[in-house]
Amino acid sequence: MWFPGSFGALFGGRGEMGKVFAIVLTLITVISIAFFAMRTWWLPPNISTTGVAVDRQLEETLIGTGVLFLAGQLMLGCFAWTASDKTKGRKIKSFPGGATPLVTAAILVVGIEVFTLTFVGSKAWGAIYLTPADASALKIDVQAEQFAFYFRYPGPDGKFGGVHPEKIDDGSANYFGLDPANDEAARDDIVAASLVVPINRQIALTLHSKDVGHSFYVRELRVQQDFVPGLDIPLHFTAVQTGKYEIVCTQLCGLGHYNMKAYLEVKSEEDFEQWLKAQAGQ
Amino acid sequence: MTAKLALLLAGVFVVGSAVGAGAPAPASGSISGKVTYTGTPPKMKPIDMAKEPSCAKQHTTPVMTENVATGPDSALQYVVVFISAGDTAAAAPSEVVRYDQKGCQYLPHVLPMQVGQVLQIFNDDQTSHNIHPLAKVNPEWNKSQPAGSAPINTGYDKPEFIPVKCNIHPWMHGYFVVLSTSHYAVTGQDGGFSLKGLPAGKYTVTAWQEQYGTQTQDVTVGAGETKGVNFVFKALPY
Repeated sequence: MWFPGSFGALFGGRGEMGKVFAIVLTLITVISIAFFAMRTWWLPPNISTTGVAVDRQLEETLIGTGVLFLAGQLMLGCFAWTASDKTKGRKIKSFPGGATPLVTAAILVVGIEVFTLTFVGSKAWGAIYLTPADASALKIDVQAEQFAFYFRYPGPDGKFGGVHPEKIDDGSANYFGLDPANDEAARDDIVAASLVVPINRQIALTLHSKDVGHSFYVRELRVQQDFVPGLDIPLHFTAVQTGKYEIVCTQLCGLGHYNMKAYLEVKSEEDFEQWLKAQAGQ
Repeated sequence: MTAKLALLLAGVFVVGSAVGAGAPAPASGSISGKVTYTGTPPKMKPIDMAKEPSCAKQHTTPVMTENVATGPDSALQYVVVFISAGDTAAAAPSEVVRYDQKGCQYLPHVLPMQVGQVLQIFNDDQTSHNIHPLAKVNPEWNKSQPAGSAPINTGYDKPEFIPVKCNIHPWMHGYFVVLSTSHYAVTGQDGGFSLKGLPAGKYTVTAWQEQYGTQTQDVTVGAGETKGVNFVFKALPY
């Protein structure tokens, strides 16, 4: 207990600790907000059509919560400062009318903010998760397994072969459980370990998991979706910037989770067609 | 008492027959030949190791799957040919069998060894592996082996064909073939094999391929004789 007393003594003794606390609190608040305002550690640039709305939503959320955070911390600092006066017989000041109006006001402000953000954000959410993919979208099947992602394209016939879990055999690279001996549509299916897509075209993924829960997350797409064993989960996006981006698993899935990743390669239409042809030839 | 007597008699008989042949049975016979396929084997697929750059950069040409590895003139690679009957039991050699995890591949793809022989597993990569031999007859285990860690010393007590996989890199795949005989060989790219040092006798030779299973042939080898035996597996494209 010597610490607060002796530290307080540095600032002139009685009650000064409250003022120190108020100053430190205000400094921490202002500095942390400054990092956000200056975008010191910011997101990588968005590369998807739906990401624009996600970024706007994030910005609105950060501004809204930031203003409340600033107000709340500054008020706390003010109270700590004013209440630090420990003169005997001093009446503890309270908010006019007691605490009830303050609490009510806080609940209303926070409630309205959360409600507004949800209402505004539902449009962005709906565009990604509740709107079905276009009929013209490029369909790609995704298989997640401990600890890799595999991507399947329908091949020249445009049809996916059926999947048979009992036929899955990683040793012969049959990650999806295809049955080319009996299923003609499966014979030309292209399976790759990277997700290669053309720019400016909607991509419709169907996510399957071979074993446990996994997650598909590409920061630049602003898209994240869990794999749930037993479910075929649709997910779509349109990339508007060529490049190579990391796909990571963001659902702790076991020992090798840290190493579960793949790459998203957004190519021009011609480069994509060329890649697809090369894959089909293998 | 009767067992001891029988053993004694058998001993006398063995010595007697050896004496009868004029010299101790020389183990100089051999069986050699080639393993081939007919039909169309499946196309081996390139393995994409993009997610493990430290391994990917070790390969200038893509590593291919090896479940049906073929060579020129319809040769079938990675077929284990061994004496499955007629061989006398041999003690496990003191020689250590080495298995490598290198470039996110198992080397060699098929590793034969004798029951009781010491198996040493190395991780030569800059990444962690988790080797998981899927034994059914022998005890099953899986072990993590971070980069730079000491080799795993192990071995198997019973004959078995054991598929091996890596719990971190799904494409990694190989086989441990645990045999009770000391006479075995794995075919190379030319499909050839040779089982040397066989005493004269009647043998059953088995050829095992990971996808096509086993084939057997009975062979009688005379003293110092080299017998030719070929195996032909039927391959299907899918």
